[in-house]
Amino acid sequence: MTKLTHLTIKAALEGLKKKEFTATELVDAHIAASEAARHLNCYITETFDSARDAAKQSDARYAAGKALPLDGIPIAMKDLFCTEGVQTTAASNILRGFVPPYESTVSGKMKADGLISMGKANLDEFAMGSSNTTSAFGNVINPWKRKGDNRDLVPGGSSGGSAAAVAARIAMGATGTDTGGSIRQPAAFCGIAGIKPTYGRCSRFGVVAFASSLDQPGPFARTVEDNALLLRSMAGYDPKDSTSVNVAVPDYAAACGGSLKGLRVGVPREYRVDGTNAEIVALWDKGVQMLKDAGAEIVDVSLPHTEYALETYYVIAPAECSSNLARYDGVRFGQRSAGENLIDTYEKTRAEGFGREVKRRILIGTYVLSAGYYDAYYNQARRVRKLIWQDFINAYQKCDVLLTPTAPTPAFAIGENTQDPVTMYLNDIFTIPASMAGMPGMALPVGLSADGLPLGLQLIGKPFEEETLFKVGHALEQAAKFDALPQLVAA
Amino acid sequence: MSIDKETVGKIARLARIRVTEADKETLAGELSGILAMVEKLNKVDTKGVEPLTSVVQMKLPQRADVVTDGGIPEKILQNAPEHTAGFFVVPKVVE
Repeated sequence: MTKLTHLTIKAALEGLKKKEFTATELVDAHIAASEAARHLNCYITETFDSARDAAKQSDARYAAGKALPLDGIPIAMKDLFCTEGVQTTAASNILRGFVPPYESTVSGKMKADGLISMGKANLDEFAMGSSNTTSAFGNVINPWKRKGDNRDLVPGGSSGGSAAAVAARIAMGATGTDTGGSIRQPAAFCGIAGIKPTYGRCSRFGVVAFASSLDQPGPFARTVEDNALLLRSMAGYDPKDSTSVNVAVPDYAAACGGSLKGLRVGVPREYRVDGTNAEIVALWDKGVQMLKDAGAEIVDVSLPHTEYALETYYVIAPAECSSNLARYDGVRFGQRSAGENLIDTYEKTRAEGFGREVKRRILIGTYVLSAGYYDAYYNQARRVRKLIWQDFINAYQKCDVLLTPTAPTPAFAIGENTQDPVTMYLNDIFTIPASMAGMPGMALPVGLSADGLPLGLQLIGKPFEEETLFKVGHALEQAAKFDALPQLVAA
Repeated sequence: MSIDKETVGKIARLARIRVTEADKETLAGELSGILAMVEKLNKVDTKGVEPLTSVVQMKLPQRADVVTDGGIPEKILQNAPEHTAGFFVVPKVVE
């Protein structure tokens, strides 16, 4: 029998139902794997004891024939989701020791469906980063390595711990959040699948806020169908989030499979960006052919404002972050550094509590929102954002879904790309446009680079039509037959 | 547009983040680099374009203006760095 940690969620649920193994055995296998992979630093807080207790309850439900939809499946919870009674840090010193007295809507829904959290997954501080190297709790290490090169690689970011945990087979799935690519880029770097749903599909209530007009929770898993199972649990209207949209949540798993006949796949010409790794460009062409072979019609489309998306993002996201992070003042929660008076306390608390990248973004955001610059920077960025959104709406007159690369390079080594913040920002060049427009995007592994690293492609869909992404993603997955294992697991 | 040390000091003050003199120098360079990048947005013709506020094309929902929560002062205070007698404690603000 396949090792328990290598099963898909779908197969594990079948095994549990047929009593081939228990939830306790499944959780114990993942705890053992987690302990063996501690050097990857996937978790900020491990919750193995409560996972064992939850597994027992799950086994009791299976025995009584009252199993919940995803009962007994061990997952990693990004440490940006508030979890009642369990430390939630956002990977920041300023929230070290913060124990939420309430549960985020998404994590609560997942618990109610029987999913078992193994721990709070590491991330870039406040989800700001593309390499998981800004965490106050240390870097996460990608379970993949380049052939003949023993250097540690980054897992991508910001949801680096979540993606690495799923790739390393220490969790069967994970939660992430995506603001400019924080689910899709780490999925690509770690050779797994992940989806950023349409903005408004999953509740942001209880998710530590970064840029509220962009943040969106979503799942990671090793297959497209497993993502479908997790998203169904996470998605849905929540009166506690005024931007959550009241539309029915379909059975995403049912959308996996079926013919692509009549489906139009758009290939945006502006995504042929100079400097993109040649292997990724070749893989993109291969992906186009795979979808064509599966019956889809390929159409050339144009998204003319693509080249401005990154710049738009680096005005809007810092602006929103500077406003959201104003709440960390050392008064009501989090760390405090004592000062001589109140202002002094604020300034010291925030100087000592935030890391470099977070401070940089707060300062940029403060600048672009300040008197005299608000219209030139912030409003101009919001106008360009409208044009980016309009580009997608226009493209969807001609196609049903877009196929693009996910990231311009495979995973890089820890320490590479850090000399200049702008170089690091380029990692998200293919994921940011869909974020700016609120469109759903799925990343999935399609091939390996010559030096043995996973390479991914991205599908971008119409608002609230995640089902199309699951259908096309599933077809691409079937054609790509990606079954490579990271060195850590294969060894 | 580039940001000098003095401007870094001003926005750091607005953002309530203490910045050392040495850091001001580094930050001035980094922030200027980011601003130089976003400068590109000025090339886009946005005449007559309404700034986008939300990608969700819907009216913000309203609910009845009634109390839905409360009576949990211990929970509210449990993460405070300092509290006493049901209040948050801060350094003295009025002499």
